[in-house]
Amino acid sequence: MLAARLIADQGIHVEGINFYTGFCVEGHTHAIRNQHRAKPKRNNALWVAERLNIKLHIIDVIEQYKDVVINPKHGYGANMNPCLGCKSFMVGKARQWMEQNGFDFIITGEVIGQRPKSQRRDTMPVVARESGAFDRLLRPLCARLLPPTLPEREGWVNREKLLRMNGRSRKPQMALAKQFGFRDYAQPAGGCCFLTDKRYSHKLADLWQSRGEKRYDLDDIMLLKVGRHLRPRANFKLIVGRDDGENNFLHGYRRQYVHMFPTSHKGPLVLVNGTADASDLQLAARLTARFSQGKEDEEVTVAVCNTEGGQQLVAVRPMSPAEIPGDWYL
Amino acid sequence: MSRHELDARRLLCPLPVIRVQEKVKTLERGDTLDVLCSDPGALNDIPAWCRINGHKLIDTRSEGHHITITIEVG
Repeated sequence: MLAARLIADQGIHVEGINFYTGFCVEGHTHAIRNQHRAKPKRNNALWVAERLNIKLHIIDVIEQYKDVVINPKHGYGANMNPCLGCKSFMVGKARQWMEQNGFDFIITGEVIGQRPKSQRRDTMPVVARESGAFDRLLRPLCARLLPPTLPEREGWVNREKLLRMNGRSRKPQMALAKQFGFRDYAQPAGGCCFLTDKRYSHKLADLWQSRGEKRYDLDDIMLLKVGRHLRPRANFKLIVGRDDGENNFLHGYRRQYVHMFPTSHKGPLVLVNGTADASDLQLAARLTARFSQGKEDEEVTVAVCNTEGGQQLVAVRPMSPAEIPGDWYL
Repeated sequence: MSRHELDARRLLCPLPVIRVQEKVKTLERGDTLDVLCSDPGALNDIPAWCRINGHKLIDTRSEGHHITITIEVG
């Protein structure tokens, strides 16, 4: 937002690009969970573009991004976030778009030292090189601490009006936002990607381990964002809706997964992910009962439904918390 | 000028916006597009996308769990 405004203020035509990887935080979870209903369901990239009065292009990179996550060229960050590889990938995609659409250079809001892996003085040239953008990649917020890029050398951009931000603190950006009159802005640090989330990363690692290979599709990574996940046995896991919003969302998968829900009490919709035999389903039904309003009762009736719509009612004793090992929770 | 329809049900934002963006590229100025959605986030995102890209929001209608957003290509 700040970098775009700095460049637009020099009279340069700027358009925004937002890449959708499938791991983006905003949108999905806000739309699904009841507790998020009160929050505005805005897409931050669209919101920023509107504030800046620039066009925005949202690009679906779900398929191409898989290789970045599965085979991170520079490894993972603190969790499953392939930060440096991700940055190179996205700038590379922006370069392709720039070339296809007759634009001259790319700007990003990167700041030297802002992030421990992807925004260091020594990794910034890596992104420029691996993306193929080279000196058509301009970082307006810290440009004066870096060698002049092509747009600066050619005089398309006045280098003197660019900045020399440096370090982890976001105070300089906040001060600049205030100067520009931006009172509201998106979460400034790492909050936009589920791969930076420890719990989500654990669930993704579990998915790959259970499959015996690093592979995912869009439904897999959507489901990792929803519900409580428990793996009682290696061959299956349960996805337990936590509120009506999540139950409704999970209901959309009823033709793809065996699922269950209590009929004698109010409770969650539970998807059975994996191959479960009769004993597994009995265990799953007892866990379903555990998360229902009948959890303290002697017996809860649970409907076990197959993917063809067939349904069987089973009466089970809800599991007690002591019977559920902590490591079942993913 | 012609009328078109796009089914974006069961897609969560921003995928409905992305599908609209792709569809609009194939349409002519003045064409109308009815977008069927199930994610209420589309009620904010598609109008915002229209505003910044010069398209006109004609109507939004909610029926049960589904929303229809009609836009005119600008």
